[in-house]
Amino acid sequence: MVQLKKTESPRIAENAIYDVVIPAGDGWMYRLEPNQVLRIVDVGGNQAADTMFYDAENPQDHYSVPATITAQSNIFLTLGSVLRAESGKPLLTIIADTCGRHDTLGGSCSAQSNTVRYSRDIEYMHNCRDTFMLQFAKYSGGYAYNKRDLAPNTDFFMNVPVTPQGELEFADGISAPGYYVEFRAECSVMVLLSNCPQLNNPCNAYNPTPLRLLVWNQ
Amino acid sequence: MNTIWKTTLRPGQKWSGHIGKEKLLRFTSLAAGANLAALFFNRFDFSEKYNMPDTMKAQHTMHLTKGDVLLSDNGRVLASIVEDSLGWHDTITGVTTREQTDMKYEKTDYQHMRNDWLRSGYENFMVELVKNGLEPRDMAPPVNLYSKVMCDEAGNMVYVKEHCQKGAMVILRTEMDVLLILSNTPNPLDPRSEYPSVPVDFEVLPAMPVDALDYCVNHRSENRRAFENTWDYYTLIG
Repeated sequence: MVQLKKTESPRIAENAIYDVVIPAGDGWMYRLEPNQVLRIVDVGGNQAADTMFYDAENPQDHYSVPATITAQSNIFLTLGSVLRAESGKPLLTIIADTCGRHDTLGGSCSAQSNTVRYSRDIEYMHNCRDTFMLQFAKYSGGYAYNKRDLAPNTDFFMNVPVTPQGELEFADGISAPGYYVEFRAECSVMVLLSNCPQLNNPCNAYNPTPLRLLVWNQ
Repeated sequence: MNTIWKTTLRPGQKWSGHIGKEKLLRFTSLAAGANLAALFFNRFDFSEKYNMPDTMKAQHTMHLTKGDVLLSDNGRVLASIVEDSLGWHDTITGVTTREQTDMKYEKTDYQHMRNDWLRSGYENFMVELVKNGLEPRDMAPPVNLYSKVMCDEAGNMVYVKEHCQKGAMVILRTEMDVLLILSNTPNPLDPRSEYPSVPVDFEVLPAMPVDALDYCVNHRSENRRAFENTWDYYTLIG
């Protein structure tokens, strides 16, 4: 069994400039300025935080799974991981992590992928990509985000081990109530988050729960 | 069956084009150590494109081979893999940027090297995206045909050097009308220091219509449902 490194943050909630709880099935869009710190807290345990990142000054350059994992030659996100855009530009760095590792291969659920993975009669079920679309639809900033801006994202608190044979497993979570991951923005970053409503696999332990989001100025 | 069209992709070369459904795309590596990055879009709706996680999740695999399908972000089959002499094609390693290409091999430019300059996969894709009316936002993880990258228990990624031999062949079958973008450029995790890119033959042949007994359709129940989604799409278009 691989030993996971867990690192706490010195920041306390009282000093945060922003503190909100996002229920399961809801979304969140927020602009971080350089050096601001974002913390995502897994309030109830084993809740997938599907999160995309954009260079806020050039939103066409979005988070890239391959750029991020090939630069560190490791598929898991953890303390020290630099989240990169398609161009290779560093967007954020993970500066604290009490969970130990996070997935970025599993992407987000959608109505269509649910029909493929489980059953064609569950297209009605709520899903992350619908949450992303609604956030884009509501966004009134200067850039017209649309479906083309969606790309494979990060899945904080989700556990997707890969075997040496290349098989992908969706395992029970390794997170627990109160675990968190914390980032420093390396530039102006637009964060797009879906608190995953998936009920068909163990990514949320079949019980989607709230996430708490905090921001500090440094 | 007869080849209806053929080209050879030189080391570093890019390509893009529209390809109708029910065509076989046969790729043959003319030397050892190929890496051919491929992006797929729905030809009639570029907002629908190849989706790496949806493809891996549905088939519980990150090594694409015969029987596997390349899924769009709308749960449909853009293309399936009908023959494969390698057993593993990567889809998590992306492409190299200009900075990585300059640093890893040598700094080259057109002014000094003319067409022998070393191309980067990222720039190749950017050019072909824009050429087809798309933008940087349309970039997403490609399939890296011919490459094998394994992971250990701790998640460390290891590029397998001897994976692609001369003559290695993979045949895809288009299940939708697609815009295909190719970049014949090195894999970002290939440790070789000499720009590792080799010529690849690309041939297109007609395919037999897919029926309910098809190998890829029956490879997994997920694949059948994705094919059903695809057939419904074309039924509604008419």
